[in-house]
Amino acid sequence: MRLIEKLGRWVNLRLPLEAPIRETAEHRVPRTSASWFYVFGSAALTIFLLQVVTGILLALIYVPSAGEAWNSLQTLNHGVSHGWFIRGLHGWGSNFMVAVVLLHMVQVFLFGAYKFPRELTWMVGVFLLLMTLGMAFSGQVLRFDQDAYWGLGIGASIASRVPVIGPWSVKLMLGGPIIAGATLSRFFALHVFVIPGLLIAFVGVHLLMVLKLGINEWPMPGRIVRRSSYLQEYHELTEKQGVPFVPNAVWKDILFSGFILVLIAACAAYFGPFGPGGQPDPTIIQTAPRPDFFFLWLYALLSFLPPAAETPILLLGPVIAVAVLLILPLVAGEGEKSWRRRPIAVLSVLLIAVALGTMTHLGEHTPWSPVMDAWSRLPIPPEYLRGTTSLERQGALVFQAKQCHNCHSLKEQGGKRGPALDRVALRLTHDQLIRQVIQGGGNMPAYGKNLTPAETTALVAFLETLHPPAQAPAVNASRAVAVRADSEKDSTPAQGDR
Amino acid sequence: MSGETAISRRAIVKLGLIFNGIVAACVAVPILRYLLSPVSRERKVGYESWLSLGGLEQFPAGQTRLATYRNPVVNTWDGETGDIACWVRNLDGQSFQVFAINCAHLGCPVRWFPESNLFLCPCHGGAYYQNGDRASGPPERGLFQYHYKIEKGQLFIRAGEMPTPGRAAYSPSGGSRCA
Repeated sequence: MRLIEKLGRWVNLRLPLEAPIRETAEHRVPRTSASWFYVFGSAALTIFLLQVVTGILLALIYVPSAGEAWNSLQTLNHGVSHGWFIRGLHGWGSNFMVAVVLLHMVQVFLFGAYKFPRELTWMVGVFLLLMTLGMAFSGQVLRFDQDAYWGLGIGASIASRVPVIGPWSVKLMLGGPIIAGATLSRFFALHVFVIPGLLIAFVGVHLLMVLKLGINEWPMPGRIVRRSSYLQEYHELTEKQGVPFVPNAVWKDILFSGFILVLIAACAAYFGPFGPGGQPDPTIIQTAPRPDFFFLWLYALLSFLPPAAETPILLLGPVIAVAVLLILPLVAGEGEKSWRRRPIAVLSVLLIAVALGTMTHLGEHTPWSPVMDAWSRLPIPPEYLRGTTSLERQGALVFQAKQCHNCHSLKEQGGKRGPALDRVALRLTHDQLIRQVIQGGGNMPAYGKNLTPAETTALVAFLETLHPPAQAPAVNASRAVAVRADSEKDSTPAQGDR
Repeated sequence: MSGETAISRRAIVKLGLIFNGIVAACVAVPILRYLLSPVSRERKVGYESWLSLGGLEQFPAGQTRLATYRNPVVNTWDGETGDIACWVRNLDGQSFQVFAINCAHLGCPVRWFPESNLFLCPCHGGAYYQNGDRASGPPERGLFQYHYKIEKGQLFIRAGEMPTPGRAAYSPSGGSRCA
């Protein structure tokens, strides 16, 4: 014991860290801040450290070469003892890091912690969020499989739409004219050197500011933040009712961080690592590229934006979003902190959460994508064919052979790109069906050049059978009148002859 | 006296800063040129060249077939990413259309369905007619096309760069083709 004390004294004389460490540990925090709501920041830091360690471990084996990366990932998964587990930790760690950073941000926003004097802490945090997302995307590229390859293609296509410098930025992003070795090398440099370096620097500044300014107190409704009086009030709060950071607050941080680490390890052990998927061979086109979980909402958004609005929204949207986040503490730096008195703040968070959740859900199911093999794999429900004429059955055959099933579902089976056709005869009359098939429209291609008149007749005959037995199909009332008029005209001269 | 030294020291610091600034500028030029080489290389020699897709017998009249080629600009470590696919449509044995594999929306690989005569994209559901025109979905335009020529019974295309919506060098569907 005395030896350790002696050693400590020897070190401290040459590296005097005892005082700052003691000061940090004993600094007083508001009693109310030693709460379970204040653990997300430290958890994010813990996961970041996990990512650094597992990242270095992966770099021992991984080869950042377009020709070899995929093979080296296979070796990591199957050829190195517990390589799959390290990959799992890193992959799940990345998902948890994005989730925890977002939770941290929501908590800070709802507790008004971005207000005076912590505006700059929030702004640095916004950059930390962007870097975390940058790490998530570049990490997905390093898992160099089909999804990574085509994901880069999506990135390049978006970059190319920037006015004037678009084509240049594509080349700078890809490191050449196509997605190839140079592309992977530069994303490796970003993921391993550039962004982590910036992250470490910004995390350091972020932490320093939290220490120097003190942790945000629990917001009380009616306790208004004013630039003139806040510092004095906070000082009184910490001095009079404060508790030392260690041990009163830190045990919750430690416990929660440990819990998150256990969760990550459990996910890595149970679900295993992510991919890699198919080989990054661009001549294999039987693939449906999809981004990782945290970019699925963007993937969904890209399919729902109207074509004309897509480029401006895609290029201006992120700029505006980041600008709003950065400006927020400057325009709302004072005032009420408590979420109980900030309904718009609460509603904004809910709106964003519901929007992102819905988009992510859609991104998982991709209802906008044709089911490429529905025409050959999924049958027409037999009850739809019972009692049909040979012409109608011929039409059902056309329905399959011309791949209508890829975009239109019958009994929930098939594509969701177009409307389900189980009751189409209730919606469209005979003439409208013919027009829709031949001319398309409303996001349906025109099949006029692709169907013979006989095929169209058969197809429409089949579609006209698609209605519930108790409900009559749609008919064009004016057509009935016209037909009657026609037949009367035909018969009138005959009467006249008489 | 002390005032004078303070001024002269300040001057020396200023001089040092200027000197460092000049050195930094000198070093920055090669660094910038190094970083911009993917752009400057295109301006100097270009990335595109005429490539053979093979004999015409591979592309029967009236059909659309997948063809692959090795990108003209590759490194040894590019592996299979240097192999690029494209769709070749033989209209009537005389005239061709060669479409890029990349969807005009966001670059995903489009697939040809001869049954419905459509190109379909698996990412966001873009659809194109057999002549490359936009049929439906999020793409703003038709498929990208390569220039082509026929020499000694072989089909050549001018390629070497990933087509993207922002690159104007590619003719829009149905536009200029050189034969």
